[in-house]
Amino acid sequence: MSRLRTLLLSSLALVSAALVQPAAAQAAKAPATVPDTLEQRLLACALCHGDKGQGLKKNEYHPRLAGKPTLYLYNQLANFRDKRRDYPVMNYMMAFLSDTYLIEIADYYAKLTPPFPAPSTRADAAELALGEKLVKEGDAARKLPSCMSCHGKALTGLEPAIPGLLGLYPPYISAQLGAWKDNRRHAMQPDCMHDVAQMLTPADIGAITAWLVAQPVPANPVPAPVGSLKLPLECGGLTKK
Amino acid sequence: MNRLFVLMLSAALAAVGLSACSKKEAAVGPQPTEAAKQAQIVRGQYLAAAGDCYACHTVRGGADYAGGLEMPTPFGKLYTPNITPDQLTGIGNWSAEDFWKAMHDGKSKDGSFLYPAMPFTNYTKVTREDSDAIYAYMMSVKPVNRKNTPHAMGFPYNQRELLAGWRTLYFKEGVYKDDPSKSAEWNRGAYLVEGLGHCDACHSARNMLGAVSGDDVSGGLIPLQNWYAPSLASGRESGLGDWEVKDIVDLLRTGVAKRGAVFGPMAAVVQHSLQEMSMVDLTAMATYLKAQNEKREAAPLLHSGPSEGLTAAMMKTGAQIYKDHCEACHQADGTGVPHIYPPLDNNQALTMRNPVNAIRIVLNGGFPPSTEGNPRPYGMPPFYQDLSDEQVAAVVTYLRQSWGNNAPPTWPVEVERSRGVPTD
Repeated sequence: MSRLRTLLLSSLALVSAALVQPAAAQAAKAPATVPDTLEQRLLACALCHGDKGQGLKKNEYHPRLAGKPTLYLYNQLANFRDKRRDYPVMNYMMAFLSDTYLIEIADYYAKLTPPFPAPSTRADAAELALGEKLVKEGDAARKLPSCMSCHGKALTGLEPAIPGLLGLYPPYISAQLGAWKDNRRHAMQPDCMHDVAQMLTPADIGAITAWLVAQPVPANPVPAPVGSLKLPLECGGLTKK
Repeated sequence: MNRLFVLMLSAALAAVGLSACSKKEAAVGPQPTEAAKQAQIVRGQYLAAAGDCYACHTVRGGADYAGGLEMPTPFGKLYTPNITPDQLTGIGNWSAEDFWKAMHDGKSKDGSFLYPAMPFTNYTKVTREDSDAIYAYMMSVKPVNRKNTPHAMGFPYNQRELLAGWRTLYFKEGVYKDDPSKSAEWNRGAYLVEGLGHCDACHSARNMLGAVSGDDVSGGLIPLQNWYAPSLASGRESGLGDWEVKDIVDLLRTGVAKRGAVFGPMAAVVQHSLQEMSMVDLTAMATYLKAQNEKREAAPLLHSGPSEGLTAAMMKTGAQIYKDHCEACHQADGTGVPHIYPPLDNNQALTMRNPVNAIRIVLNGGFPPSTEGNPRPYGMPPFYQDLSDEQVAAVVTYLRQSWGNNAPPTWPVEVERSRGVPTD
């Protein structure tokens, strides 16, 4: 009964729409239709981060977003909004957006899988050797944990909130490590990356960056599953508040 | 919508509760019932939103109302105080009378003068009943222990006694009085716009002593933020005289409307304050604002900007940039898409004499606020790295002189000045 009524009503609506349409179209140009999608809403981000969140060669300081864990991306968006990270354009872009929307945006980019850039090779063997050692083993003498101990053996990150380190451009990696070291980048307390970055020298940062960008990204670059690593440090922001 | 309805209902209930309570008081004594106290708090929460206390008394990412926001002024830096009911560091030991003195007289509990960054020149128009409700609400929020940051004002501005002179010149104390020649709706709008809303704190020029010049909302550059707050009393600047009341309400409630979107500091006002307000109050404000705008002014004269030849070259470059970067959303004919991409044709935000807002929107892009009516706004990219000063000047000039727009061209040096200006 009610389905019949719905059917009747909708056909009636269709007919009347068809009748009304030509007159309305004559009166004013029909407004352009805009896709009701996140892709369309987030064109604002594409200029710097690429239309698939892949990161763009034209500005290597703006990172790839695609495929990073949702909670990591959400934390960064919220950090910009709440000024734990300091980058004026991003502070402004995020300023007026709700948590709900930021989570949706983070989830959107986490699910994208555009191709990665080719590894960039650097010649300096000594620098690469130091980088490889720090990434894989850290430095026990300085109590410096390795990158792999948190970012995963494959360096593709760890769910739900630790990002992968491969397929990024060199200026981005060195700038972020520098920003942690100089207190320009912050995360939720306890801010473990802050503590790690304090132990790094500029030469360490250069070496880690050089080695990371020389590595190919594995065929399946997804972050390691939740709880698959026992972290050497206590880090904030790893669970959803 | 639902939340708004609940809010309206509670406000209505609160009003009923209050009047019931005051009658009862007269009969049996001064003790309000628990229900009346609750109703007063709900009403106070609504009024605190209308007054946008949150905007200045909360830092981004900080605890609600715990203060600490740095307010750079031409006279030094002020830090907003903690107004949570913490006994030691907040206003937990203030009485309703102390609170009223701050709102109405611009004086702290100890009698010292408040800096007029606290908009007591507006809040003085608020009724005692409303002030008491806001006080009741503030006493109900979570107390936060955060010691106030001392102000860093230069001499002589750090001598608060000297504010006596400022007050003599620029402060007229007094609750809003209805204009009997106007409708109840107009008067309600005036009470909110001139009082709690403190719109003229931004939407008017300030003189050398930081005072709002004149009684009207005449537009002005917000000191040190370098966003231009358009005159709300000028059809040419805000254009509100031409807007339907419904469209003004849409803009205030959702951040987007058929004819424009909010950006910069106004986006924050919509987010924390206006979207919480009832349709009745927003309609009253829109009615009042529209009435301020009905006097028509002549179109601005093209002042001596770049030479005609240079302007023609800029228009050509600007047209190409528009085609490459703007047209897909704002449409070739500048009509935009209602509620999504603001029209640029006949958009007063672009054609005001001062081009700073248009320049900064091109440089910084941005999203309108997430609101209940527009939870997932469409955004605009920041072009600060992709376009040079010359290119931004060209495209802004193109926008200002295309379709029905007729505003002076823009110089690259004006773009250069807007780069690196903090966005909030």
